[in-house]
Amino acid sequence: MAAGRRVALLAPLTGFLLVFFVAPLAWLLSLAVREAEVPRALPRTLAALESWQPNEPLPTGLFPAFGRDLIEGREAGTLADAARRLNYEVNGVRSTLMRAAREVGSADAATPLDARFFEQVDPALASPAFFAAVQRAKGPVSAFYLLASVDLVRDAQGRIERAPEANRIYIDVLLRTVAISFTVTVLCLLLGFPVALLLTQVRDRTADWLMVLVLLPFWTSLLVRTAAWVVLLQREGIVNGALMKLGVIAEPLTLIYNRTGVLVAMTHVLLPFMVLPLYSVLKGIPPHYMRAATSLGAPPPTAFVRVFLPIAAPGIAAGSLMVFILALGYYITPALVGGGADQMLSYFVATYTTDTGNWGLAAALGLLMLATTIVLYALAHRLSGGRAVAMG
Amino acid sequence: MKAPTMIRSAVAAALFGIALGASAQHDLTIVSWGGAYQDGQKEVFFKPYNAAGTKLIDESWDGGIGVLRTKIKGGNNNWDVVQVEADELEIGCDEGLYERMDFAKIGGQGRYLPGTTHPCGVGAIIYNLVLAYDGDKLKTAPTGWADFFDSKKFPGKRAIRNGAKWNLEVALIADGVPAKDVYTVLRSPDGVDRAFRKLDTIKPDLVFWKSGAQPPQMLAAGDVVMTTAYNGRITAANEKDKKNFKMVWKDTPWTMDSWVIMKGTPNKAGAEKLVEYLGRPDNQAKLPKYVRYGVTAKDAKVDASLMDELPTNPAIHNQSFKEDPKFWIDNGDKIAERWTRWAGTK
Repeated sequence: MAAGRRVALLAPLTGFLLVFFVAPLAWLLSLAVREAEVPRALPRTLAALESWQPNEPLPTGLFPAFGRDLIEGREAGTLADAARRLNYEVNGVRSTLMRAAREVGSADAATPLDARFFEQVDPALASPAFFAAVQRAKGPVSAFYLLASVDLVRDAQGRIERAPEANRIYIDVLLRTVAISFTVTVLCLLLGFPVALLLTQVRDRTADWLMVLVLLPFWTSLLVRTAAWVVLLQREGIVNGALMKLGVIAEPLTLIYNRTGVLVAMTHVLLPFMVLPLYSVLKGIPPHYMRAATSLGAPPPTAFVRVFLPIAAPGIAAGSLMVFILALGYYITPALVGGGADQMLSYFVATYTTDTGNWGLAAALGLLMLATTIVLYALAHRLSGGRAVAMG
Repeated sequence: MKAPTMIRSAVAAALFGIALGASAQHDLTIVSWGGAYQDGQKEVFFKPYNAAGTKLIDESWDGGIGVLRTKIKGGNNNWDVVQVEADELEIGCDEGLYERMDFAKIGGQGRYLPGTTHPCGVGAIIYNLVLAYDGDKLKTAPTGWADFFDSKKFPGKRAIRNGAKWNLEVALIADGVPAKDVYTVLRSPDGVDRAFRKLDTIKPDLVFWKSGAQPPQMLAAGDVVMTTAYNGRITAANEKDKKNFKMVWKDTPWTMDSWVIMKGTPNKAGAEKLVEYLGRPDNQAKLPKYVRYGVTAKDAKVDASLMDELPTNPAIHNQSFKEDPKFWIDNGDKIAERWTRWAGTK
């Protein structure tokens, strides 16, 4: 009876989450491994390549099949997608394929569609390396995007190797994302802890007002706050102006479009997420615990470290975890106040989703981020001795 | 002409409710690039067209073929006429995201300047990526890209767009490649390496901009001594904020945005009528007053006082070179990875 009621009460939310969150998320993440473009556009070519190994001569019958596919793929509008997919591996093949399709379409029927025909269009189209790439994209699934998201590629023989050094990006970006998030968490804790402590020690009315000050940025749009930091931190901005008037510095400091700007702005944006959970825990610590500790002979620092901190630990853990995980997903703030070396993983997910339309790589990077978050969460859980590290 | 995606998406999200309510009762939606540019378009094109009896809604976006692809493939496209950049025009046309342009219905091929028509679209504006500096702050005037890359002669930070497009081209020019050979060199095996090597020489002095509004801000704030910028933004800053920014036009890349009609629009005839209206010479002639971008109708009589800083002014046009979208369509993915890596390391 009770269980039945629980199920009934949870059903609407569960249903909502399944339909609007879990299902689309799963669908999107599945894009990281699916290979649909090439099998849809080049079925005959793939059939001709069925038993071909990349070190063998190209099979007979391949090029006529390839030509047929190009004609039909172009008519059906599926070729452009396949060309884009193949261009990720064979640089420059996108417009070559589209041009080949046009030339095959306009060639008269007597022209044999053989290796020589395609060589004349572009030597790359008759090369084993190109067809090896086609074969690797035959689907239904491949690890191409997943490998790319950790800077790995397959060579012509299909062996996994590291991407050329100039093109290795994402491991760096991932480490950078974790490092920025960690630094922001530490800064938030250092700034937020005294505030939360103060909130518990002043009179209720004062605490209310202080709380409004904490919450005010919370209620302001993220973009407004970030833009405000641009105004403050720029070279002829308020911060530099004040410091120069005071004679602290002679030359304006570079405070924006670099890591400093990112850390300052992100710490400010995320501070309420640290203060609120901290405050809720600190408020519950009776003030006479500290008095008791002192009266038993502990100097204040010892009392703080041995008595206060252990009780406050869940609040610190909850606040830090909240800030850390939120920071991992940031991209608006770094994009506006950071330089090229400060962009975080989500920035690339966003770029690949809307700018270039490479959803496979966007999904793979999303997976990488999700996996990182889960691993780090599990680690935090483990380090906290298995006690539940709850959010809030 | 990219503005920060996130700002736009946030605004778009905020306006989502309004858009939902409005989308039910209008005839056409036209999409452009926002900011001062779209404000000008509103005055010149959209408001008069609306007054003439068609319910026209204008929205803004900041580019990305992914956006258009999602609209068409997602089957919920609510855009009719969109202004796209050169590479979006090519890729979208190949992928069948646009209707074929029927020039008989939009004033005929002959109405437009040579090279501004395409099977899937027709040119909207022509603009340059110029070298800009603050005439009040810089005592000696830089004269070209070689000066941009000369941090001894011109010490200080310089800003470039965060992305390889146009930066590789100007780096090669600074390295001595004639503008007309830039893409030939870039396509040669060592070309891209050479451009990156040249960029390396000023890397410690570089900052990056993302949206077209940033370069004039950076100049005004004194953050940089020189920057690359869209020409219209510089003129606008001079006129609106009384700045004394100067532009160097020599060997700057020019490119063109085009109007396209989205595939499967329920009101194709209406969209064609609108594009025809956008292309009328006397309508186009009014645009440069608001924003200094060149227009594509042959007979557009632009006020002579506006010609000084107009990209289609022959004196300017003849010393600039055309961006090659095909190079970027083919090589953009790989070079973007390299750029990201390069820009992200010290």
